[in-house]
Amino acid sequence: MRTVIFRTVAPFLTALMIIFSIFILLRGHNEPGGGFIGGLIAASANAVYGIACGVSPVRRSLKFHPMTIAAAGLFIATLAGMASIFAQAGFLTGLWTTVNLFGQTIDLSTTLFFDIGVYLVVLGTFSSIGLALEEREME
Amino acid sequence: METALSIVVGLLFASAVYLMLSLHTIRILLGVVLLGNSVNLLIFTAGRFRSDVPPIIPIDSYVPTTDVANPLPQALILTAIVISFSFFVFLLVLAYRAYQDLGTDDSDKMRLAEPVGDDTPPQGY
Amino acid sequence: MAATGVTKVDRSLAMVTEALGAWDWLVIAPVALPLLGAAALLLIRKRIAWHAPASIAIMLLMLAADVGLLIRVWNEGPVHMAMGSWLPPFGIIFAVDTLGAVFATITAFIGLVCAVYATAEIDTTEYRYGYFTFYLLMLAGVTGAFLTGDVFNLYVWFEVLLISSFGLLALGSNPIQLDGTFKYAILNLVATTLFLITVGLIYGIAGTLNMADLAIKARSGDLGAPVMSFGVLLTFAFLMKAAAFPLNAWLPASYHVTRSASSALFAALLTKVGVYALLRTLVLVFPELGETFAPVLLIVANSTMIAGALGLLASNDIRRMVGWAVISGIGVILVGLGLGEAAALSGAIAYAIHSMVVMAGLYLLAGAMSWLAGTDSLFKMGGLAVHSPALLLCGLGIVLATAGLPPFSGLWPKAILVEAALSKAAYVTVGIILVNGLLTTIALGRMFAFGFWRAAQMERSELAPFPLLSKSRIVPVATIAIVSLAGGLYPEPWLAASRQAAAGLLDAATYINAVLPEG
Repeated sequence: MRTVIFRTVAPFLTALMIIFSIFILLRGHNEPGGGFIGGLIAASANAVYGIACGVSPVRRSLKFHPMTIAAAGLFIATLAGMASIFAQAGFLTGLWTTVNLFGQTIDLSTTLFFDIGVYLVVLGTFSSIGLALEEREME
Repeated sequence: METALSIVVGLLFASAVYLMLSLHTIRILLGVVLLGNSVNLLIFTAGRFRSDVPPIIPIDSYVPTTDVANPLPQALILTAIVISFSFFVFLLVLAYRAYQDLGTDDSDKMRLAEPVGDDTPPQGY
Repeated sequence: MAATGVTKVDRSLAMVTEALGAWDWLVIAPVALPLLGAAALLLIRKRIAWHAPASIAIMLLMLAADVGLLIRVWNEGPVHMAMGSWLPPFGIIFAVDTLGAVFATITAFIGLVCAVYATAEIDTTEYRYGYFTFYLLMLAGVTGAFLTGDVFNLYVWFEVLLISSFGLLALGSNPIQLDGTFKYAILNLVATTLFLITVGLIYGIAGTLNMADLAIKARSGDLGAPVMSFGVLLTFAFLMKAAAFPLNAWLPASYHVTRSASSALFAALLTKVGVYALLRTLVLVFPELGETFAPVLLIVANSTMIAGALGLLASNDIRRMVGWAVISGIGVILVGLGLGEAAALSGAIAYAIHSMVVMAGLYLLAGAMSWLAGTDSLFKMGGLAVHSPALLLCGLGIVLATAGLPPFSGLWPKAILVEAALSKAAYVTVGIILVNGLLTTIALGRMFAFGFWRAAQMERSELAPFPLLSKSRIVPVATIAIVSLAGGLYPEPWLAASRQAAAGLLDAATYINAVLPEG
């Protein structure tokens, strides 16, 4: 698998896939997409990078251990669910607000943060599994 | 369509049970995969087939204007797929490690937790 | 986007619109807290010194939330919370009645006791691999299963607790653990998959997964014949989780392979989740199924009690022996389901409460004994009385409690069950309950006599000097012995709780009204 062509293309491919995964994550609220599928795309981006260039560059590029990423995701998702305690509504109720930034109106919601949490959980878990399996293969 | 899929579900279940009755861990695992997939297909079939229009309600109405697909079975299946996938990954690694450490993939020979010549307890003081 | 405000949407058609106070969050707090805690522990994976105190603090909060919930449910009847504010039966809800609240409270208590024991037992590697993360996730799964009001959600919590129990079982990766985990994993996976099949079928037939809505539909009688076929699958799946007789082989094959604290947690909680699910589905949701299956359940209960007691008598390894004690306890609980009236059900629930506490204690006791003696085998064990009189006292208490002898807590629920069985003229069952108690007394008495009274069996030279029993090992065992003694001497509160829980299960109308006010 470690051909020159693949190794040259893989970083760009990975970058594109990660950007695409974030796009899928953000459009998820009103159109097909969302945190789960976005996280899967990002995890497969890492897998591609790992197959092409080895596992340790992936670990370095992730900065954090994949399980830490997953834990942060679970943490964010649970907190986003609990935010509705301040709105006197049930667990996981979506709250909406808008922010004006540089003349642009941005819609923010707790569901978005929940989705980001899901994205991180999926990214962390599946990268962790994928990297562990790839490491075994390289031995 | 439901009838055809029901038969497929039945066949999948039969093969899954057959594989899981095997002594070898890897076949048991393949049986587990088939079992998970047959359950997903079963839920899908049980949720009825309507149309292939996604259930998105137009912005100015309260109910869908046309006949739409049932989203709930799909949500259930998505959950079940994720769970069965992570189970399968775990079991695969577990079976591999067990094969390495116990030196066998025959579940009859995996007797560490239940030793073969397990003594009966002492009969007298 | 949703906030563009093109049309004004009337939210009250689909969502809960009345404001919820902070107290309503008690319904979700016992699940949200350990989830949050597990995530936080995974984030500070490297700082292992914080793991135990942090998780014990979280379990204390859980216990407080559970007690608050129990008080509320006790005074006001079933309470619920709609996830995401979507109205039931369309949204997922958490609906808590007395049964769920009592079991959740004991879950947090047992979690706390076993966590203290675990601090003495687990090593740095296990901390690093996230022992307490798995632990908290498992508590979240068990509590979620007890509190949810939705059948599919029940399945999801089953999976949460299952996968974290895999983690707890396999952590450390000794060959014996891999062996035990593999069997446990496959058998439990099959059981939950069977449950998932029934969830699919229930949805196909009834078009709803909300328990209250299902209870309405089941009583209106328009579900038709398939109810029996999925009922068989459902009961089979839950009996497998509960380790009832023909489906019990996985339990003594797997529970003893891991740390005693984890085994104790499993013995207290996992099988009882199966029992809880049986109570919930067969009594509250599908009473017709419960009545039809009652004779079968009684036979299962009888054979489980016999199998458990015989297994107990025939084992030599003390930790595997405790596995059989768990099975025989499940048999006693199933008697209540098999008799199926208010008194018998309250006896079953009371025995389940007793069994959750005492089985955990028995595993912790066996763990402490085998750690002190350096062996699991009754042949080699001995001389522990001289070494640790405190453990001797606690051990005596727990052994008597398990056997159902006064003055400990096992006596009362057994008396209630025997009385209920006599009133239904089920004399065989009465006989088996008594014989089961006798055999349990003999087997555990032997474990006690050989472990404590007999002189040490191994030469001192071949045996390392007895290690000192640390406080974090003796305190949990003593706590359970004292709780069991208190429950035996002053049984009225928890017997009243189980009576109210049984009444709540039989009175489906109140549950349905609480969840679906207009339905």
